[in-house]
Amino acid sequence: MDETQLLRYSRQILLPDVDVKGQLKLAHSKVLIVGLGGLGSPVAMYLSAAGVGHLVLADCDRVELSNLQRQIVHDTGKIGQSKTLSAQSTLKALNPDVQITLLNECLDQGALDKLVPSVDVVVDGSDNFATRFAINAACVRGGIPLVSGAALRWHGQVAVFLPADSRSPCYRCLYDDKDAEAEMCSEAGILAPTVGVIGSVQAVEVIKVLLGMSDTLCGKLLLFDAYSLQWRTLTLPKDPVCPVCSQISSTREPL
Amino acid sequence: MTITVKFFARLREELGKSEVKLETEKPLTVAQIWALVCDDAPLPTPILMAVNLEYVDQNYLVQEGDEVAFFPPVTGG
Repeated sequence: MDETQLLRYSRQILLPDVDVKGQLKLAHSKVLIVGLGGLGSPVAMYLSAAGVGHLVLADCDRVELSNLQRQIVHDTGKIGQSKTLSAQSTLKALNPDVQITLLNECLDQGALDKLVPSVDVVVDGSDNFATRFAINAACVRGGIPLVSGAALRWHGQVAVFLPADSRSPCYRCLYDDKDAEAEMCSEAGILAPTVGVIGSVQAVEVIKVLLGMSDTLCGKLLLFDAYSLQWRTLTLPKDPVCPVCSQISSTREPL
Repeated sequence: MTITVKFFARLREELGKSEVKLETEKPLTVAQIWALVCDDAPLPTPILMAVNLEYVDQNYLVQEGDEVAFFPPVTGG
């Protein structure tokens, strides 16, 4: 790191658990962010600002006026632009050091299976069950950590899955994929800062996983209720008959 | 025995209640507790269920003094 970089990241390097060594680790890390919406916005901005070296941004949508109330990586001048391109210009302005790869497409299972093993952590900021199950399956197969977040109305959830650890549950242990239908922000509404809170927690967990810290949200589901300002942490055990992770991870050694 | 049943997020809004104390003679599963408290309405799917802050499935047998919590799924991003 040169002097400018040492100064840019100085307040983070001050933390004993980060230090120069950890900062270099972040600089050499690659993170895939699926969805540049309400959650992906703060995740991408915090990871760029914090000095994560390479971000892969995946989204197939364009910026719409109704996105701007909460998707803070985009702005009024970007309406009509692809979300990945719009996010790139914000992130580059924030931190020109960060390498950014754009995937302006809706990733299917095949594309995810190919892409996921090439990154260090995957962030799920998508808005539907089908994409979430596909991301999870790719992460389990590739043994790649997944930091999953979701938010609607006044509520949000965060969980971390570490498929390389045979004790870790996966997203499919949490939700059954049959009858999986969920409400969308466009129908149920969302309070703007709720996605900021959840996305920021996701960014925290990504950095901790990249630094190799042990005390993550793995095996837990963090629930946030902005309405009553309450947090609850549920213990999330591995489903022993999970169709996605029970057979694959049983052959692996724990971390 | 007494069981505390809690509803969160959309479920709390739809049911118009956040907490119910349930008195029962025999042990009940989480699904049976939902039916008792929600006038025999079927258990919505998908739904998250927890007993004493541990994620469980609908067949989990609830004990005296347990706290049962129901959460709706969230997928928005």
